[in-house]
Amino acid sequence: MRVIEGLYYSKEHEWIKVEAGKAYLGITDYAADALGDIVFIELPEVDSEYEKDEVIGVVESVKAASDLFTPVSGTVIEVNEDLEDEPQLLNTDAFGNYIAIIQLKDESELEELMDSESYKSFCENN
Amino acid sequence: MNHKYIPHTESDINEMLEKIKVSSIKELFKEIPEKVKLNRDYDLPSSLSEIEVEAKIAELTNMDQTDLTCFVGAGSYDHYIPSIIKHLTSRSEFYTAYTPYQPEVAQGTLQYIFEFQTMMTELTNMDVCNASMYDGATSCAESIVMAVNQTRRNKVLISSALNPYTIETIKTYAHFRGYEIIMLANDSGLLSTNDLASKLDKDVACVVLSNPNFYGLIENPSEYVEKIHENKSLLIMMVNPLSMALLKTPGEIGADIVCGEAQTLGIPLSFGGPYLGFICTTKKYMRKMPGRICGQTTDVDGKRAFVLTLQAREQHIRRDKANSNICSNQSLNALAATIYLATMGKQGVVEVCEQNLQKAHYAYENIISLPQFETVFEQPFFNEFVVKSTIDYQVIKEALLKEKMISGLHLGEFDESLKNHLLFCVTEKRTKAEIDKLVQVLGGLK
Amino acid sequence: MRNYDKLIFELSKTNRKGYSLPKLDVETKAIKTLIPDDLLRKNENQLPEVSENDVMRHYVNISNKNYGVDTGFYPLGSCTMKYNPKINEDMAAKFNLLHPFQDEETVQGALKLMYELGKYLAEITGMGKFSLSPFAGAHGELTGLMIMKAYHEKNQDFKRTKIIVPDSAHGTNPASAVVAGFDVVEIKSNEDGTVNIESLKEALSDEIAGIMLTNPNTLGIFEKDIVEITELVHDSGGLLYYDGANLNAIMGEARPGDMGFDIIHLNLHKTFSTPHGGGGPGSGPVGVCEKLAKFLPKPEIKFADNKYSVNYDLPDSIGKIGNFYGNFGIMVRAYTYILSMGKEGLRHASQIAVLNANYLQNMLKDDYLLPIDNICKHEFVLSGLKDKTTGVTALDIAKALLDYGFHAPTIYFPLIVDQALMIEPTETESIEMLNEFVYYMKEIARIAKEDPEYLKNAPYNTPVRRLDEATAARNPILRYQVDNA
Repeated sequence: MRVIEGLYYSKEHEWIKVEAGKAYLGITDYAADALGDIVFIELPEVDSEYEKDEVIGVVESVKAASDLFTPVSGTVIEVNEDLEDEPQLLNTDAFGNYIAIIQLKDESELEELMDSESYKSFCENN
Repeated sequence: MNHKYIPHTESDINEMLEKIKVSSIKELFKEIPEKVKLNRDYDLPSSLSEIEVEAKIAELTNMDQTDLTCFVGAGSYDHYIPSIIKHLTSRSEFYTAYTPYQPEVAQGTLQYIFEFQTMMTELTNMDVCNASMYDGATSCAESIVMAVNQTRRNKVLISSALNPYTIETIKTYAHFRGYEIIMLANDSGLLSTNDLASKLDKDVACVVLSNPNFYGLIENPSEYVEKIHENKSLLIMMVNPLSMALLKTPGEIGADIVCGEAQTLGIPLSFGGPYLGFICTTKKYMRKMPGRICGQTTDVDGKRAFVLTLQAREQHIRRDKANSNICSNQSLNALAATIYLATMGKQGVVEVCEQNLQKAHYAYENIISLPQFETVFEQPFFNEFVVKSTIDYQVIKEALLKEKMISGLHLGEFDESLKNHLLFCVTEKRTKAEIDKLVQVLGGLK
Repeated sequence: MRNYDKLIFELSKTNRKGYSLPKLDVETKAIKTLIPDDLLRKNENQLPEVSENDVMRHYVNISNKNYGVDTGFYPLGSCTMKYNPKINEDMAAKFNLLHPFQDEETVQGALKLMYELGKYLAEITGMGKFSLSPFAGAHGELTGLMIMKAYHEKNQDFKRTKIIVPDSAHGTNPASAVVAGFDVVEIKSNEDGTVNIESLKEALSDEIAGIMLTNPNTLGIFEKDIVEITELVHDSGGLLYYDGANLNAIMGEARPGDMGFDIIHLNLHKTFSTPHGGGGPGSGPVGVCEKLAKFLPKPEIKFADNKYSVNYDLPDSIGKIGNFYGNFGIMVRAYTYILSMGKEGLRHASQIAVLNANYLQNMLKDDYLLPIDNICKHEFVLSGLKDKTTGVTALDIAKALLDYGFHAPTIYFPLIVDQALMIEPTETESIEMLNEFVYYMKEIARIAKEDPEYLKNAPYNTPVRRLDEATAARNPILRYQVDNA
């Protein structure tokens, strides 16, 4: 199971990569493994605004479904439409496939998230 | 004791108790607190033999009248049921199976559900159908839940010409979910487009109507479907699926969700149940649909096979976030409907519809030509129609019963303004002689 | 016919016919004079065109790919797959011709049957009054929870918006609570699935409308603290809901009403031997204590002045929950069953169901991990193989059983047991059948040690083998494309 350095991590097993005030949001290998064969992703709508910890989508596998929470507040400016046709991309490369891009409203929220080291130990203790 | 459904002899019981090192059956229940132990026999009859059971049931059936000619519908229809259906649905490979959780040994069930879904989408011209729901009323209530979830709006507009029992069921569901139900007025028996226009606002999740409607009349939603969609609301049509072989289909009209009662497809009257609800929708809303859905796939050897799919919508996975709490379907009745549609086939369903249409119109024309009856709605209808009588409905009912006929439904029981209005139904099963007799008895009333 | 793999649409041939109708004997008019053209269907339906014999052979052949209780042992936990008596089917058919809008005087027998069945169920469960309207267990749950809400609303107690559900409960429980408009509070169970009294006490408050329980619980263990539990909930102003899925364990021994439950649903298709029908129709009657009787759904079946009648005049009722009276045909079957069993037979059924479960549990625990090694009720839960080194999962065991001619137990439920195999033999299976099942379960445990790969690829002898469920869900094919045929 990979954990990539330089990303932010949430307790809901999501990763965030920040580039110029934009947050790329995806799920971690850990989450994808736990779900198993992913079959469908309900993506958020572009231009909709979300508060931190709100549900913005759902990731479904054959035998499970998991809500996707956004760990940061902001407006969705792009979604990864490739996942509509090939949701299994998250099984093959969860870190290489973001789910949505969020224009950050408050960058200080990032401080509450984990870095790769703390996320690694978070997973090990879970 | 020894009972034919329980194979254990006394020596079996002793052998088993010995194996589990327990001295008596009583000991198996020892953790039940004394305070809640029953410690007496049930106050119920003693076990009866098969002969006695049959006699006891015969006492009841003798109190029922099953030799009546049926001129009532209103949600339960006396159609021809091909004999082959009961022979196939009584195969115990079908009826003693559980929900197809182990698809390797449930391909029979899964395949007929797949065929059922295909046939229902053929009849309604919709993209997808679920594996069936409890009945028409609950399928309509669940369709509304689906529309509210999809649109995230809370207001539901309902045609007053929906079956009144269905309206009541919807209201029960809506009350507990906090939906706002608003009734739409009728205009000459059809949904009033003016009333719809005045009530269609940004909080409206969906507009619900039935076709044919409760009065048997054929609605024309093509006139206003665009307005509903422009408002980003959904159109829910509750249909009699049999009539769809003849009438403009929800798919052709542009409906978003279709539900209804499919008892008309080969399922006996059976005093109101079990019947067969269903929901069809477009591809767009497929994942919001409640209930079981069967899909095609392959097995490890590449063989075509069928399996329950899109299960992440359902209660056993989503628990409190599921689309619905439903965790079964009316599978055996879906089988009956599938066999019905296979047997009647492409031409048979059309011919049945035409016979319903012609016979109902023949009866209607003859009844309204009687001085005691007059027409109520000047609208096209399928196999049910409303007539107004100058005679009290009780008199009509009794006179028909005396001649072994079931009268049309008295609408005054649901709407005081419709006192002595009767809703008659004439299916393909009624002969000219039976209809003539009906007209004759009605014509002789004073 | 071996390897029959057709869909009915693939048998279709233009102008072949499977039906007959009498010639239309009334004067006819052109259809377009009766219904305007723009209200008529334009495209042709693509239903199959097949002969009656085609239909017969097709469905007989696909029925052969099914496994039912009449095929063999069906130890599906929490589903009570007991034998479905044939007389039940015959008796139900006798009522097929009754129309629900027939005059009451012409359906006195049907109404009497419903009235008496309600009374019988009340006696069996110790409840005050029953409604037979709910169509299935989940529908009964929903109805029961609506009654609970209506009760609190009637008392002007609008704060009670939450329902307690133990984490061992069936997924339907929380789903039903939400559909009835409640929020769900999940509480942790003890290891044996019983209610943890401390977590219950913590969860109780004046916001709790009630709690949903099944007793015995999903692990087949009787809640021995049930009296304390019901007192705690009642003292805090809440009501207790009994999920009747497991009633087959305690008939004649103890009654939910006497335990203090206020609302209960039964599954006639479990305890009362009516067939599961490949997923339905079932029937989920709801019983309540006297003080809640006025909230039951409409209509009620009344008996007065020597006449049975249908009464809709119920001002406090939650309302209608379906078009007519519920799944009447299923009620006839359950009524017939109760007559056949009688008071002694029902009690005997539960006693033997519990004996069978304990026997199997005992015979299997050398090879399979039994997390709760205690007297069980009508079912028990194993946690996979005892030998955890083989990598063989509950799913593999289930699939291997199919090859040996058994249906699989319920797997991966309850969620609180890892690799759960939930086994419910019911009373209608003989010791010989149980021994055969034990033999093959031991055989699977042996193969797991020697050749786990073999089990990972099971089944081999079923009509189809393991399915690609991921592709089915990713690219759903939900109907046959007639046009492409």
